[in-house]
Amino acid sequence: MKLKTSLLALAATTALTAFAVPAAQAEDSVFVPLFTYRTGPFAGSGIFIADGMHDYLTMLNERDGGIGGVKIAVEECETGYDTKKGLECYEAVKPKNPVMVNPWSTGITLPLIPRAAVDKIPILSMAYGLSASAQGDTFPWIFNPPDTYWDGFSQIIKFIAAQEGGLDKLKGKKIGYIYLDAGYGREPLPFLDQLSKELGFEAKLYPVPAAEMQNQSAQWLNVRRDRPNYIIMYGWGAMQPTAIKEAVKTNYPMDKFISIWWPSEDDARGAGDGAKGFKMLNWHGSTPDFPVIKDVQKYVVDAGKSQSPKEKVGTTLYNRGVYNSMLIAEAIRTAQQVTGKKVVTGEDVRRGLEDLNIDAARLKALGMEGFTGPIKLSCSDHNGHRPTFVQQWDGSKYVKVSDWIEPLSDKVRPLLQADAKAYAEKNAPWPARTEACDARS
Amino acid sequence: MLYREAGQYKTSYAADVGVFPLREDRIGLAVVLLIAFVVLPLTANEFMLQAVLIPFLVFSLAAIGLNILTGYTGLVSLGTGAFMGVGAYACYKLSTAFPAINILVWIVLSGFVSCAVGVLFGLPSLRIKGFYLAVATLAAQFFLQWCFVRLPWLYNYNPSGAIEVPSRTLFGIHVTGASATPTTRYYIALIIVIIITWIVSNLVHGRVGRSFMAVRDMDIAAQLIGIRLLRTKLLAFAVSSFITGVAGAMMVFLWLGAAEADAFNINQSFVILFMVIIGGLGSLIGSFLGAALIYIMPIIVRAAPESFGLTIGAATVEHLTYLITGALIIFFLIVEPLGLARLWQIGKQKLRVWPFPY
Repeated sequence: MKLKTSLLALAATTALTAFAVPAAQAEDSVFVPLFTYRTGPFAGSGIFIADGMHDYLTMLNERDGGIGGVKIAVEECETGYDTKKGLECYEAVKPKNPVMVNPWSTGITLPLIPRAAVDKIPILSMAYGLSASAQGDTFPWIFNPPDTYWDGFSQIIKFIAAQEGGLDKLKGKKIGYIYLDAGYGREPLPFLDQLSKELGFEAKLYPVPAAEMQNQSAQWLNVRRDRPNYIIMYGWGAMQPTAIKEAVKTNYPMDKFISIWWPSEDDARGAGDGAKGFKMLNWHGSTPDFPVIKDVQKYVVDAGKSQSPKEKVGTTLYNRGVYNSMLIAEAIRTAQQVTGKKVVTGEDVRRGLEDLNIDAARLKALGMEGFTGPIKLSCSDHNGHRPTFVQQWDGSKYVKVSDWIEPLSDKVRPLLQADAKAYAEKNAPWPARTEACDARS
Repeated sequence: MLYREAGQYKTSYAADVGVFPLREDRIGLAVVLLIAFVVLPLTANEFMLQAVLIPFLVFSLAAIGLNILTGYTGLVSLGTGAFMGVGAYACYKLSTAFPAINILVWIVLSGFVSCAVGVLFGLPSLRIKGFYLAVATLAAQFFLQWCFVRLPWLYNYNPSGAIEVPSRTLFGIHVTGASATPTTRYYIALIIVIIITWIVSNLVHGRVGRSFMAVRDMDIAAQLIGIRLLRTKLLAFAVSSFITGVAGAMMVFLWLGAAEADAFNINQSFVILFMVIIGGLGSLIGSFLGAALIYIMPIIVRAAPESFGLTIGAATVEHLTYLITGALIIFFLIVEPLGLARLWQIGKQKLRVWPFPY
């Protein structure tokens, strides 16, 4: 009896394999897969981004009938921020001819970097992934606008210097760096080391292991002992609310606590009133008061086509998703212009990304005037190295408190070049760039 | 009826103690190998090879490795993920330091590095047993993972902190890196897995395997009949870590293509332990069945709604997958607590006497 039931169950599960054939893709649409994580330890950040990306593309379908008259076929694949599942997603969407992939995880981006050129699918890792992939000559298929983590780090240092009255005033100061002890958080370390030598400040490191994200008492005990003048944070997921809470508990002056661009409103809100003054970098608006967000609300959210709660539309990470999808859509639109085709392929969209030029007039047409700054990519520069600004938590929302800060490009660029060169050498034989450059503009 | 041993006479001792004494078993094995070598590569699409079969082979091998330790010798280990990592990092270091030597050599040799580390962490196993040993191997897991993050030498000082697989060839065909076709990588993985399985099968059916099992069943009794405990236990650790190390190198070089230290975390160890437990402790076929159940079943469950034409949100599918997979695991454990291998054994016994059960 037992044997029979279990055999039946086995048969039933294996029978399902027969149906596991991916559905054919309609011809008159461009396929954009979205790798999202609405589950797992990083869902707290991932859900906003997934909603923002999904809703903007849906809005384009509803309002304009797609891009250039071609509908966008959007499909989410759940990665759970897990590299193995992400690669499974990649294999699952590959036969459907995606025009680009947005991995939304550095761990998933890295194995895809060598594959992109072979599979002819460009990768847009927006302000994450491998910093060196900003060098288009070495990485023709990878794009990481609008900033690398090194750009972001130099912007935070510049902001601190502005508070102190100039880069030379940093001499003798103590700057703490609390970071996720993984590839992402460790990436700025050589740069921090170089800057601390050049500018004469003392760097204090507080690594947070990924498994200990929610238990940072040891790191903050050290902060209390060292009393650094400023603290820079590179965190993600549960690390961020924990760090902010610990900073409040430690009575660290919150306006001296500056993060890279990943915290959300909820991360700061969780720490209560004490979190007021917390600062972070950003490059786009974090309110719903822009025409583009109003359109998303009108065509998608109010029409019940969004999974997002209404009050979360227009928050920082939601808008980050919108910005990412705007880049996707504009790359497809540019590819259509460059090739004259309506239904574009991954190869066309790679050219579209290299020719991407979103100026102030285009931003206005997109309903993004004042939402973000213009961006222009080129064959050699796949990043843009755009200025960012600092925004501050006032207890209920983030408020912009600085002007646009340019990165220290003269210091970042040599690092990127050296790093791209080292990558190509370590992965020898790394294929030389054979893709022609359009140089449209 | 179909599975009848009547009329199969053994004329030598060697035939009588063979691993597959029944002709039906030998035919079955030949059919499985034929499917694996000919049918699957011809029919399977890229998704099937890259996202289902290659990882299945990697996990099967890792499960065999852990089964030697936990299933055959009775030493619970929670450090499998880390030992796989040792293999992967060793293979990366060796292959980048000596690119002239073929990558397949390094994949196999990196097992020896993992073997050495495994023996080191196996030393306490003489004194501590059961849950306490599990804790000791947990320490290995955390320590090694810490090394993968904190020793930049291990990943050649890459700013990304990850190991990236360089492109390597064998007889002019790409075997690793992005240009290697999934079919090539599948064949390599298959051949490695078959050879190691064959060696392990001989090992566990021989004197060494019997001493492993004697230690598992009662170590004092084993000691009394002349088995040297320390040597046997360390040998089990060595063989086990060698195989998991090779599996780890295969995971990065033939499947993922690049990996951060996080790929070898404690979850990985647990997943492989579950494969061994659900597949069947102390059974080679159980390792394969367990890997199939734990790794392939969620993929099927995930693909099911789409193939029936249902559109469910990606996250909902993920939640459903967790629910259904969990429920099925519990179901299989309830109907057969000794694992899928035992289920297979019972089925075989029934087929032998069918249609006249007694």
